[in-house]
Amino acid sequence: MNMKPLTLWKSFSMTIGVSALVLGATATQAQDTNQLNALKQQLEQMQSNFDRVVRDQQAQIEALKKQIVTMNEPAQTPAGAPGVAATTAPPPPLEKTWSPTDPIRLGKGGTYADLGLVATFAVGGSTADDIEGGTQLGGHDPNQNGFTIQGVELNLQGAVDPYFRANANILFSVDSAGETFTELEEAWLETVSLPWNLQVRGGQYLSDFGRINTQHPHAWGFVDSPLVSARLLGPDGLRNPGAKVGWLLPLPFFSELSLGIQDSQGETAASFRSSGHSHGEEEEEIPFGYRHADNNRGISSVTDMLITPRLATSFELTDSQTLVLGASGAFGPNNSGSGGDTMTQIYGLDVYWKWKPANAHGGFPFVSFQTEAMLRRYELGAFDWQEEADAGEVPIIDVATGLPAVLASETVTDYGAYGQLLYGFRKGWVAGLRVDYVNSEEGDYEKMDLTFEGDTLGRDPQREERWRISPNLTWYPSEFSKLRLQYNYDDRREAGVDHSVWLQFEFLLGAHASHKF
Amino acid sequence: MKKFLLTAFTALLAVGASAKLNVVATTPDLASVAKEIGGDKIELTTLARPTEDPHFVDAKPSFIVKLNKADVLIHGGADLEVGWLPKLIEQARNAQIVSAAKGEVRCCEGVKMLEVPQELDRSKGDIHAAGNPHFMVDPENAKIVAHHIADAFAKHDPANQAFYLTNSAKFMTALEAKLDEWQAKLAPFKGQQIVAYHNSWTYFAQRFGLKIELFLEPKPGIPPSPSHLADVIAKMKERQARVIIVDPYLSRKTAETVARSTGATVVDVAQMPGGVKGTESGYLALMDYLVNSMAKAFGEKK
Repeated sequence: MNMKPLTLWKSFSMTIGVSALVLGATATQAQDTNQLNALKQQLEQMQSNFDRVVRDQQAQIEALKKQIVTMNEPAQTPAGAPGVAATTAPPPPLEKTWSPTDPIRLGKGGTYADLGLVATFAVGGSTADDIEGGTQLGGHDPNQNGFTIQGVELNLQGAVDPYFRANANILFSVDSAGETFTELEEAWLETVSLPWNLQVRGGQYLSDFGRINTQHPHAWGFVDSPLVSARLLGPDGLRNPGAKVGWLLPLPFFSELSLGIQDSQGETAASFRSSGHSHGEEEEEIPFGYRHADNNRGISSVTDMLITPRLATSFELTDSQTLVLGASGAFGPNNSGSGGDTMTQIYGLDVYWKWKPANAHGGFPFVSFQTEAMLRRYELGAFDWQEEADAGEVPIIDVATGLPAVLASETVTDYGAYGQLLYGFRKGWVAGLRVDYVNSEEGDYEKMDLTFEGDTLGRDPQREERWRISPNLTWYPSEFSKLRLQYNYDDRREAGVDHSVWLQFEFLLGAHASHKF
Repeated sequence: MKKFLLTAFTALLAVGASAKLNVVATTPDLASVAKEIGGDKIELTTLARPTEDPHFVDAKPSFIVKLNKADVLIHGGADLEVGWLPKLIEQARNAQIVSAAKGEVRCCEGVKMLEVPQELDRSKGDIHAAGNPHFMVDPENAKIVAHHIADAFAKHDPANQAFYLTNSAKFMTALEAKLDEWQAKLAPFKGQQIVAYHNSWTYFAQRFGLKIELFLEPKPGIPPSPSHLADVIAKMKERQARVIIVDPYLSRKTAETVARSTGATVVDVAQMPGGVKGTESGYLALMDYLVNSMAKAFGEKK
């Protein structure tokens, strides 16, 4: 409040004035007239000061009165009609009410949920004869020579009530065999505000692991999924029903710690309790680890669930440069082999850097670099091919014994990384370059002399070293459409080098959800 | 590590101890009004930079931290920040600033929005369902915004209510005086044509009786094509349009090319205080600059 200190000051200055007078009165006899004059002068000055304070106060009171009048102005004043400048009262807030003649809108504010549809297609070809699951590991990658529907994704989001918001992504597609399928990508609710800067999300969601895993394919900088995430997290990424809690650390810079717990089974938890096959894919002849994933161990404790911790931090390096660093983990059981408590651990590190100048237009120009490195330790369960042979299946043969192979339990290590550089060189145009690398430490089972239907088995094709280099060029005619041309140079050591060219095209209808940084 | 934690803890205490109202404004124009009203009683953070395209600000994680601590969030509403603000609010874990909460100041409320589309059709470019969101360049709208902000500050910090209301009244008085001055300055040029790059100057044109009908971009958000520019040049000659205005984040080169073939003057303009040199001190300085530089450009061409 302004009044109080002013009143105090006023009485203070008056007190001083009075004391000065008293002092002056008692001391006069002994003093010369000069001092009396000085005191008089002082008193006058104080009086004029006092007058000024009163005037200032008066002015403020006037201003306040005016403000009160302004604020009490009845709501019927029409909002400042053009030309007729409402010089006194600013019009009060007007809430526009809906009338039956208004168009019904799908989009921000018109409905209780924002509705959007993103459809992504690709056309192109490859020198490889095993595109799906061979050169292209991602579940939504281009999967054949000719056209591919990468996905038609329906997104609904909005506030549920004052306590929750919700999001659902339902994906429609047609696989390479022409079969239509639907996937529940995500459907979750999230708290708006909890104490201690916590936030809880529950439902079906993309696990908080690294960067690419939580982005929907239409937000990627490339036509296809990076090799390392498709191989280690799964062709369709890591997502399952579950719940997570995220804590925004009370630090001056962004720092979020999150912990998720999800179901550990199914094709969207490929490195865990899964057969490892994605939709539309035929069962491969030779399974991962040269053994079946037959261990139907079920859930008996919390450690049988998929646990995903993550720490993400961000720093503003300069006014136009931002850095985001993250470390993730995914831990849970797998069902490799025919029994036992085999576990999988995946670790990931990610770095994202972006430069965008202070006078960027429409988001351009910019340069961004994103890299993720992952390491997986996968415990293969013991497996005896004799049992499969007894059941009538063609077994893998151990040449040393000439009998169906008996594979011991062992932990194998896979790793890989990708790095991608995007340069938005002019509005709507982005040039990109991505380098992929995956490899593994040779497992004991790969060192055995094994054959399948007479063919010698060496390195596990699903764990083999491979490289890929992908330059691309994207044109966004607007924020709602996209054309992307990409070339992939694939080097798979055993299968050799392959070349692929894909043209991706995409459209968006309806609400465009804002993207996470 | 221990030292680091201690520093962090001290920083936290310091934040907690300052009883100032924690205010986040999305754009510098709103921030400058907030500063006039809040003075030293608020801790003010601005998210977008003054030279930046306010539609395309990155949703940087550091903004989440700022929004998390905010008592008041001042935003334009009307979809100006729709590409980045909602995601930030979702992650901010702050019930004070979510839609319709006590700390949410949606400045467009009560503003008579112009160019509200009759139907939503993106073949017409990236149009805004709520109308043209660049309303702050009309001083009458700045008064509405000042009113909203003073109201929110007073509600959050009743102890300083008089301070906020006085400042708001002062700002409005100053603005009214200035508005008369600005209108007088531009009065001789009533009805003159201005060519803009993007359709963000409708409110300014309307207030000062200027005409903005020609745009360097063919549709909102769609980059200029040579054929469109040729058309603009022809129309500029026909309508005697001799001033082209360009925001700091738009291509001055395109404007200069058009200026060369029409003899027009390119005027650097900005919607945000600080977007052009000399306008850093706030809203009044920005409007002063806009009016003066346009009056000058018109004057030269007489």
